[in-house]
Formats: sequence, structure tokens, C-alpha cells
Amino acid sequence: MIEILTSILIIVGVFFILVSSVGMLRLPDVYTRMHAATKSATVGVTSLLLATVVFFSAIGETLSAKQLLTALFIFITAPVGAHMISRSAYYTGVPMVESINEMTEDTEPSD
Amino acid sequence: MDTIVDVSLVLLSISLLIAFYRLVKGPSMPDRVVALDLIGVILIGIMALFSIKFVSKNYFDAMLVLAILAFMGTTAMAKFLVKGVIIDRDSD
Repeated sequence: MIEILTSILIIVGVFFILVSSVGMLRLPDVYTRMHAATKSATVGVTSLLLATVVFFSAIGETLSAKQLLTALFIFITAPVGAHMISRSAYYTGVPMVESINEMTEDTEPSD
Repeated sequence: MDTIVDVSLVLLSISLLIAFYRLVKGPSMPDRVVALDLIGVILIGIMALFSIKFVSKNYFDAMLVLAILAFMGTTAMAKFLVKGVIIDRDSD
């Protein structure tokens, strides 16, 4: 039972980290790549840390708070780091991609 | 469960390679900083899987230190890209 729960948490975490790296490869812009690098990677690594919490509490060790502290720290610092990097990218003049949403460009009339 | 841990380690290594590709190729400097941040997060995940694989609690300190170092590197690099200095001594 505990092994099934740990395995599900590991699979979810690895899936989100893999989605994050695919987004790093495929997205066209710094500002859009930051979505992939912060949000889904944070969820993935939090799921992996919860898997270690479940595993080590199941085999009889005392509950260590270091994994939960690491997860909390990543939750706090990932948006702050993404904000600072996007701010510096905007100030140093990294270009944005021209149009991401092509549907609105087609439907709106052009003056 | 050992099979799941091993396959997960392989998949995390593949995503580490993709992040390293973005680190090498990335056209601008903030691309590389974002890729380094992602590499730090993936390394924390790999350490969590190692601590499950070799039932050992010694990796948790390394995970915490790596999280702090990745955030400090990101912040310092962002300030360096904007201002050209990391610690500004004039109080403006």
C-alpha cells in the first residue's frame, strides 16, 4: 500500500519535470520558457519530496522535516527568482516573440 | 518499486540533458540562467530518488543546500545582468 502511494507520487513528479523540460525545449521565448521552468518543475519536485516523506515514514524512521522544508523553500523562491530573471530580461532588451495567439490576430479586423 | 525508481532516474536524466541543451544553445543570457535554475530543481529530484533507492537520509542536507545555492545564483545573476554589479556600495 505504502509502496503504491510512493510509486504514484514518483510517477506524477517525474511526469511534471519531464513536461517542464519539454517546455524548455519547445517554447519560443524567455518569458514563456519561464512558465515551464518554474511552475511545473516546482510541482514535480514537491511531489518527489512528498514521495520521500511517505517512504521514510513508512519504513519506521522518525519524520524528518528537511524534505518539507526544502519543498517550502522551493515554493517560496521559485516565483521570486522567475520574477527577477524576467525583470532583468526585460531591462536588458531580450525580445519577446511577436504573436503567440494567432487566433485573435486572424479574427480581429486590422485597421 | 525498484523498477519505477530506476526508470524515473533515466527519465530525469533525459530531462537534465534537455535543460543542458538549452543552457548551451540559449540565445540570450536569461535563457541560460533559467536553464541553470531548472537544472538545480532536477538535481534536487534526482537526489530525492537516490535517497529512496539507497535507503539513506544523508541526501536531505544536500537537497536543502542545493535549493539555497540555486536561488542565490539566480538572484545574483539577475542583479548582475541589470546593473553590471552584484553588490552596490553606494546607497542610492
